[in-house]
Amino acid sequence: MTGVESAAAALGSLPTGALVPLAAAGGGAPDVGPLRAALVGLLVVVGTFFLLVGTVGLIRLPTVYNRMHATSKATTLGAGMIALGGFVFYGPGGDGLMALVTLGVLFLTAPTGAHMISRAAQRMGVPFTEDVEWPTEGDGSRIADGEGEESTDAD
Amino acid sequence: MASELPATLATLLDVALVVAALATLVAGYRVIRGPTTPDRVVALDTIGTNVVAVALLFAMLSLQGFFIDVSLVLAIIGFISTITVARFVTEGDIIE
Repeated sequence: MTGVESAAAALGSLPTGALVPLAAAGGGAPDVGPLRAALVGLLVVVGTFFLLVGTVGLIRLPTVYNRMHATSKATTLGAGMIALGGFVFYGPGGDGLMALVTLGVLFLTAPTGAHMISRAAQRMGVPFTEDVEWPTEGDGSRIADGEGEESTDAD
Repeated sequence: MASELPATLATLLDVALVVAALATLVAGYRVIRGPTTPDRVVALDTIGTNVVAVALLFAMLSLQGFFIDVSLVLAIIGFISTITVARFVTEGDIIE
């Protein structure tokens, strides 16, 4: 940690206004008070917990679909919590807004990516767990599963 | 610019950084041993999300706001790579 702090101090002693005007406009490193530190700590602890839960799910669950259930929700929530912690840490403006944008991008892209992978896995024929079947309509006909004709496939 | 982190928060961020890095390492098991290709893609996606979290934690720990930009770009690139692999697996090509 001392190495990190000395590196940060060395960077901080540079004339940042001349080198990196955008970062200087954002206000640079914040003055972290006790309340803000407590809130950041809470968000980071909860976020790290969810990261850990998602990774355990990725290792322990039986099929691709179950693993995706763990990663696409728990891990995204964990990283989103930490991004929210970054927003609280850096305050509204500059880097803090960037953390908020990261949160938005994560929450938009993670479900989309998981949906794409699950569709790809289903088309490759990766099996569900034993007693799970594709959902059916009331009369027993299969709901369209995207195999064969691909009328809704976006190219 | 020379403000200091509270000692408790610095320790907390250190621990969170170690935990997130270990989670990333453990997710590598699924990349290597995953029985199917989608397993590996899911694991790589998880590694990407974890690295986003690591970059965010390091941005707070080192008081360098640039690393938040790093995490944003990593999130976008992880999404693009996931979509690309999913398309490659199903369609056989990416750009027709």
